[in-house]
Amino acid sequence: MSKPSGPGLPPSDDDFEVERQLRRSTRRGFAVGGISALAAVAGWYWVKTRAPERLVPWPLRRVLELDEKVGRALYSPARLARNFPQASATMPRVNGRVGIDPKLDLDAWRLRVEGPAGARSMTLADVKALPRFQITTELKCIEGWSNVVTWAGARLLDLAESTGLATLSGKPGDPTSRSGDLLPFAALTTPDAKYFVGLDIASALHPQTLLCYEMNGAPLTAYHGAPLRLAIPVKYGIKSLKQIGTLKFTSTQPPDYWAEKGYDWYAGH
Amino acid sequence: MPRLERKHSPATRFFHWANVPILAVMIWSGLLIYWANDVYAIRFRGTVVFHFFPDWFYKTFSLGRHLGEGMAWHFAFMWLFALNGVLYVLYTLISGEWRYLVPNRRTFAEAFQVVLHDLGIRKTPLPRRKFNGAQRLAYTGVIAMGLGSLLTGLAIYKPVQLGWLTRLLGGYEAARLEHFILTLGYVAFFLIHIAQVIRAGWNNFRAMVIGVELAVDGEPTYEQAERAGIAAK
Repeated sequence: MSKPSGPGLPPSDDDFEVERQLRRSTRRGFAVGGISALAAVAGWYWVKTRAPERLVPWPLRRVLELDEKVGRALYSPARLARNFPQASATMPRVNGRVGIDPKLDLDAWRLRVEGPAGARSMTLADVKALPRFQITTELKCIEGWSNVVTWAGARLLDLAESTGLATLSGKPGDPTSRSGDLLPFAALTTPDAKYFVGLDIASALHPQTLLCYEMNGAPLTAYHGAPLRLAIPVKYGIKSLKQIGTLKFTSTQPPDYWAEKGYDWYAGH
Repeated sequence: MPRLERKHSPATRFFHWANVPILAVMIWSGLLIYWANDVYAIRFRGTVVFHFFPDWFYKTFSLGRHLGEGMAWHFAFMWLFALNGVLYVLYTLISGEWRYLVPNRRTFAEAFQVVLHDLGIRKTPLPRRKFNGAQRLAYTGVIAMGLGSLLTGLAIYKPVQLGWLTRLLGGYEAARLEHFILTLGYVAFFLIHIAQVIRAGWNNFRAMVIGVELAVDGEPTYEQAERAGIAAK
């Protein structure tokens, strides 16, 4: 039982016991807290100083890959980017000129489509012979700005279906229904190969992924990617490669211009 | 006679302090991302009163030209941010701690008294409570803000796959602005929180580190105060 104590009375043994206990708890608590704080700073420093993989410390690169796995597992091609009224479309700024040759001979230009089963060279008229689709969607730059744009062109899905080159067998027809036959990646490059983009096949064959020849109702200008560019609303704008030279379906993950420069390879919406 | 009273469980303290490194990395990496399109400003009649952010701010904290790095950190620590928040909320629900935190019908009146007291208008001391009305509002509010950051963040992270959410929040650009404003909210919360912790004193601060608080005999325990409060409604 506790002895009487209080204001005016000398402190009792119990008071000293409480103080001892408090001092002990304080020492232990602040030691644990201090060590935890140091561990957190050390952890941050450790991550920051790990060997970079394509300019990103490898632990963060692993997490970006984990994010990609989760994103791909939850991805559905049935979910479409929001369509806006065409009147809200404006011209986006030209944010990148890498890989674009403004003096490219448009008549001599060909789209080269490659896959393990073969290759095809297509004229712009061949692309335009595919069903024409038009969408008005947000072009979302990885920098954080966005811009509503009306795109018109052929679906990459239709090109894959008609050429059959997105599959190992090379057989034309809906490639999305043949999961064992379908190649997992698509790679796009400019004619000079200075700009290059890698896509997972699910995003490449999204129904809104277009091989565009028109932007806001007019043919593409040189710096917006004439004669043919990609518009892929399920990705950041960095993936919408301008002035396509080659489209290749492949079984290995293609390199990507911005992924090499320290960005997420998937960059998917 | 003084006695020790258990105030914050180890779980509460862990979830509380985990916010420090997690929010530090999220806000820092968020600024690295925001820099690439730093369009927000407070305007009055078309003139910019304050631009988020002035050049000296970016320079002082070396925030420029690190967009890729910012995204890599942000999209790693988002998991920890979400996990810490979800586990904390689950913990308060399971442990019953939510009874001390969620506003009830007395909260607003009590919070008003706290404000009067803090402004020096109310002279009598506030009744002993684990968390007073103002704290209940602040600590529940900041959890709601956390949920808001998570949702607005997801809306700009996956604006097609989570298109319903992006639309619900007013669109892609609106969600980005909301995400930004919520972050300013954390900074405001943090500043007021620090000021209040300093005012409340060492005994209160120490309790968030070691769990126990020094109390005086005759004072009701927090549980008794809580029960008395409920009984008095």
